[in-house]
Amino acid sequence: MSSTPDLSVEQVDKRFADHVAVDRLSFAVERGSFFSILGPSGCGKTTLLRMIAGFTLPDSGDIRIGGRSMREVAPNRRPVNMVFQHLALFPMMSVGDNVAFGLARRGVDKAERSRRAAAMLERVGLAGAAHKRVEELSGGQRQRVAIARSLVLEPTLLLLDEPLGALDLKLREHMKIELKQLQAAFGTTFVYITHDQSEALVLSDHVAVMNRGRFEQIGTPQQLYYEPATAFVAGFVGANNRIAGRAVGVDAELVELVTPQGWIVRARRSGAITAGDEVAAFVRPEVASIELDAAQLAPQMARYAGEVQSVLFDGANSAVLIVEQQSRFEFRVALPQTGRLANLAPGAQVAFGFDPQRAICFAAGAAGSGHV
Amino acid sequence: MSETASHAVWQRRMLLAVLLTPALLWLFALIILPHVELALLSFRERIAPHTYAPSLMQYRTFFAEPLYWGVFVRTAIMSALATALTLLVAFPVAWIIAKVARGRASSLLFVLCLIPFWVSETVRALGWLILLRESGVLPTLLVRLGITAVPVELLYHDATILIGLVYTSLLFMVVPLVSSLESLDNSLIEAAYNLGAKGPAILRQIVIPHAAPGITSGCIVVFMLTLGNYLTPNLLGGKNSQWFTELIYTQFIVRFNWEQGAAFGFLLLALSTGMVAIGLRISGQRFVDVMRRA
Repeated sequence: MSSTPDLSVEQVDKRFADHVAVDRLSFAVERGSFFSILGPSGCGKTTLLRMIAGFTLPDSGDIRIGGRSMREVAPNRRPVNMVFQHLALFPMMSVGDNVAFGLARRGVDKAERSRRAAAMLERVGLAGAAHKRVEELSGGQRQRVAIARSLVLEPTLLLLDEPLGALDLKLREHMKIELKQLQAAFGTTFVYITHDQSEALVLSDHVAVMNRGRFEQIGTPQQLYYEPATAFVAGFVGANNRIAGRAVGVDAELVELVTPQGWIVRARRSGAITAGDEVAAFVRPEVASIELDAAQLAPQMARYAGEVQSVLFDGANSAVLIVEQQSRFEFRVALPQTGRLANLAPGAQVAFGFDPQRAICFAAGAAGSGHV
Repeated sequence: MSETASHAVWQRRMLLAVLLTPALLWLFALIILPHVELALLSFRERIAPHTYAPSLMQYRTFFAEPLYWGVFVRTAIMSALATALTLLVAFPVAWIIAKVARGRASSLLFVLCLIPFWVSETVRALGWLILLRESGVLPTLLVRLGITAVPVELLYHDATILIGLVYTSLLFMVVPLVSSLESLDNSLIEAAYNLGAKGPAILRQIVIPHAAPGITSGCIVVFMLTLGNYLTPNLLGGKNSQWFTELIYTQFIVRFNWEQGAAFGFLLLALSTGMVAIGLRISGQRFVDVMRRA
């Protein structure tokens, strides 16, 4: 697996008049992998994708695709195809002509073109749809046509610009699975940009979390979730309780912090923190436990008392909002799946706690932790 | 209950009738009535003072007289040519307004297309006269620059008529083109580019099919205006213009032959209707869709 990466971005910089869109970014994407760039809107991910496609030129740095520098290569000559945000299927053509469009531009003759387009449509599960008009297809089918139209050209790299954004929730969930299966079946390298962390986590082999033109962290979905490198990643990926305060005690492993309202919390230290620093601890709702009786909480847990403020029932994602007794801090705890606490009502007095080893604490001044 | 419902329906109908009345009156008094009158006129023949008989003579005269149908065919060809030239000139202009220029620059360019229409067509034609006549600006300049030895007459050529017609028609082509190009999603162009297409292929496969209703509606409007134009061919072409509207004018005003003039009028109507139908057929467009774009 020491082959050249399909995509390698080297020191790429892009500035617009008033802000830095992409800030000296370097990364590589392995052949055949599904790579996502996850970030809030305005983080520069679309600019980055457009630079890889060639629609925007970087101010400096180089983009290599399949080992070849793209500096002098026009977008219509790059071994890259793109699935656009709103798909950009050609409404004036049939589905088959859409898929055959790129082949026609390469001078493939008509019979061969329609044969390959039909074969590709069959591979994405749209056998026999070649003669249909684009408007006749459902949202999910259009998605597959857009992917077929790109993959029929056998690109080194397929870029996807939030293609699921326009779909409704149910279809989006379905298309997530379908996209992953398509990528596995074709083995093409996918570079996918999204602001939806669930899409990134479900689909990707590797995810880069992007913020203000830089990558905060690149890692597997598990790494991002369990070992966030920065406060921004901890806040952006998955749900998290963010507890901001001042460090009062620091040892080799743990930080003890106190919130402005006087709540004392301990969490695992990440990076250099000294006593007196402004810090933020992050605790995932599913790491915390809730019990009616404090004695039933696991022994390694820090224990707190609180009052149920509201129950947020959402099936498997159900949670309880608890107000900590003395500091009135609003804390979110996942509701156990067993249905044991199903009849919890607002106003109930409960005990809750979490293992400090599974909470993580960052210095608040660290890069990218400005807003979460 | 049903009484109030039927009352509401009645009220709505009355409102519709009131709102439609001016349009219907206009349609009837200015379009239908004169055409009925013209139709009656064109199908009769004066056999004695104040005595008329139904006849096809007016139409027979047209086909028997080479000058008449020669001018008729010439007008049709020149109008089609002017329409095609207008499209060629207007398309890049519309493209720049719709796709290249942003915000204020785009509006400014649009206004620039509109400004000539603030003055009357007569004044605009006079402008061309000042520029192109033998003692005008351009011939004088050509002599000064040593390109021609003596001032040349630039008026009264077919090319001059075409230039004048294109100039007069430009706005009516630019407007529908801009609106149809503005509705073209830029990502379609990017997608085509991304799939390996070059400029001409994108124009042929993406832009023109998308803009087809706008192109057709612009062509229809420009063709009709050009075909029925009287002033521009007459002023810029002089005696050489041989425009069919001049024949109609002559019959009505100069020769008091209203019967012949009415027949010519109907032939011109048939010509424009026929050409529009052919244009729609060739471009594969439906009239209703096209007019919605205009």
